[in-house]
Amino acid sequence: MDVNPSAEQRQLVDAFAALYADASPPEAVRACEPLGHSPELWRRLLDMGAVEMALPESAGGGGATLLDLALVAEQHGRYVAPAPLVEAQVAARLLAALGEPAADVVGEIHDGRLVTLAVRRPRGDQAQLVPAGAVADAVIVARGEDLVLVETEGRASAVATLGCQPVADVSVAATDRVLASGPAALSAYQTATDEWRVLTAAALTGLAARALEIGVSYVLERKAFDRTLGSFQGVAHPLADRASEVDGSELLVHEAAWAQDEEPARFAELAAMALGFAAETARDTSYYALHFHGGYGFMLEYPIQLYYRRARSWAAVLESPQASFRRVADLRLAAV
Amino acid sequence: MDFRLGEGSDALRAKARAFLDEHLTPDILERCYLTGTNHDAGFAKALAEAGLLGLDWASELGGAGRDPRELIGLREEMQYRNAPMYAIGTTMTVSHVIALMGTPAQRDEVVSKALRGEIVIALGFTEPENGSDAAAAATRAERSGDGWRINGSKMFTTNAQIADYVFMLARTNPEAPKHRGLTTFLVPLDQPGVEVQEVRTMSGERTNITFYNDVYVDDAWRIGEVDGGWNVMAAAFMHEHTAAFVGEQMRLVEAFEAWAVAATDDDGRPRVEDPAIRERIGRSHAEIEVSLLLQRRAITSGLHNLDGHGRGSMAKLFSTERLEAQADETLELVGADGLRAWGDPTTLQGGEIEYAVRNAKGTTIYAGTSEIQRNIIAQHVLGLPRPY
Repeated sequence: MDVNPSAEQRQLVDAFAALYADASPPEAVRACEPLGHSPELWRRLLDMGAVEMALPESAGGGGATLLDLALVAEQHGRYVAPAPLVEAQVAARLLAALGEPAADVVGEIHDGRLVTLAVRRPRGDQAQLVPAGAVADAVIVARGEDLVLVETEGRASAVATLGCQPVADVSVAATDRVLASGPAALSAYQTATDEWRVLTAAALTGLAARALEIGVSYVLERKAFDRTLGSFQGVAHPLADRASEVDGSELLVHEAAWAQDEEPARFAELAAMALGFAAETARDTSYYALHFHGGYGFMLEYPIQLYYRRARSWAAVLESPQASFRRVADLRLAAV
Repeated sequence: MDFRLGEGSDALRAKARAFLDEHLTPDILERCYLTGTNHDAGFAKALAEAGLLGLDWASELGGAGRDPRELIGLREEMQYRNAPMYAIGTTMTVSHVIALMGTPAQRDEVVSKALRGEIVIALGFTEPENGSDAAAAATRAERSGDGWRINGSKMFTTNAQIADYVFMLARTNPEAPKHRGLTTFLVPLDQPGVEVQEVRTMSGERTNITFYNDVYVDDAWRIGEVDGGWNVMAAAFMHEHTAAFVGEQMRLVEAFEAWAVAATDDDGRPRVEDPAIRERIGRSHAEIEVSLLLQRRAITSGLHNLDGHGRGSMAKLFSTERLEAQADETLELVGADGLRAWGDPTTLQGGEIEYAVRNAKGTTIYAGTSEIQRNIIAQHVLGLPRPY
């Protein structure tokens, strides 16, 4: 077992970390609220090839593995970056997997078009809380046996949310373009939602890791009763528990991403485990990191609240941790 | 990155499975449970004969010189099958430190027998008045002729009733600061002045309190320098990298799943259709996966540095705290029938669910309580001041 990224992967991580540090500091994240989208950051991500890298080489892309993308998503999460990177990458890979019928859409992605996917099926004729739906040009929706492409102009209404994500309710029409139909199309969509689980779990893990650092640095600075706050067991011990969970979450996300190519029979199960575990880890880590700031943590001025709200939001547009874990059981018990 | 354990580990896991299929009989498992003694002399000898002891010891110490990473699969298999490895584990840990730091005579007497599975060594650190703070040991060793007279008592001297020796931390210099006045001895138990008193625990495991009344120990049984006992302890437990509890979690969730598939509610519906039960099953599998990953990482990377120290603590802390929560929640989800005890003819799934509740509690206490693990992580991983 080797849990260390390769030299190339480290370079990739460093490049994205530098970009996010520059373009997504807490002030920039705050300035983008409530929509939660930074056109400048998005342009820079596109210039860096962040979406195209996710496409297979056969579709003119960079052929990145899901593990490469997960490492990038962790950096994205560390900076709670206001840009729809995970959705755009996953949608692009899904379109490429559909082959010829969606080739023109893949071409448009190369030209900078923003396509996202509805990770949940529509209710009636409305796809709800579509991630990146408020800023995307088009949305892939799984409707019945079909995958349809909905052009968002006039069809998406942005929704203000807890985590300031650019989500929208999107109406689907009978006349929308059908990209593909049948079991193969739906299976590709299932793979895409599992990829979204893994990359969102990676982003949440990065978020949690950074929230822990913020919490630790605060309790090292702050004094109470003439002692450093972090020397109280009541403070140190919950942080130690969270540190174990953050490390566990990172290992689980990496294993899930790695499994897509190396152990495909376990991929769906590991993806669901990773999302449930990462969402709980981000929730609990941001809880304690904010709590140990005392009243300051509750102030909008302090960055930790940005993490707290997003920790509760990113996975929730698809499913709760409880639902992720039920999915693990569904997959395991079905296999018996 | 690569999450495979590798051919070396896979091969040893396969060898362990075959060995356990042949040697770990239901009789042994039942006897271990009923006596509360996690040891079987025949099993230990067979393990040695199969070449499965001392695999990761350096070859100059009498081991096979295998990379600890190659033993991951074997360790996991032993845990999963609940093989009686507790006394073997303490024996091998102490023997290893003797192989490293002992005199030639001590090595001749102890190490080769340990590698043949012929002796048992119990640990004697904890005392009635001190647990996690091992350096607070009050048991005295005073010079007497060519040896020492030992007076005091040791708590939770598990396996002392079958052990040949107890590896003891005793105070030799009451004037020195507490870490610097301790010496380690290998005390032969079969001698006058030693009394072993049985202590039963909630899990059914038998442990002991041992009393030492003017017990004479020749200086030849001193391990390391006089007043240098704390260094010997550090060397012994540097090797004891991680003690994650994963097999317990695996056996529990398997019992829970088997029960849920077979049982029905008052309306005749299978209990496995209950979303709360499905959630708990999925959550347990996720926690097992994370426990395995934390344990494997601790063994794989940085065994002998502070990183490795904190990583082993993470594996122990996470796996045992989650095991305890799993046991409690599983019992609650099963409901009243979960109370039917191990050994009762009406018990569920061989008693595994009821037993798990009693057994899990100990795991967050022994081998370093959760609080000690959190202190280590807070200091060595997070860089926080020493917590108190």
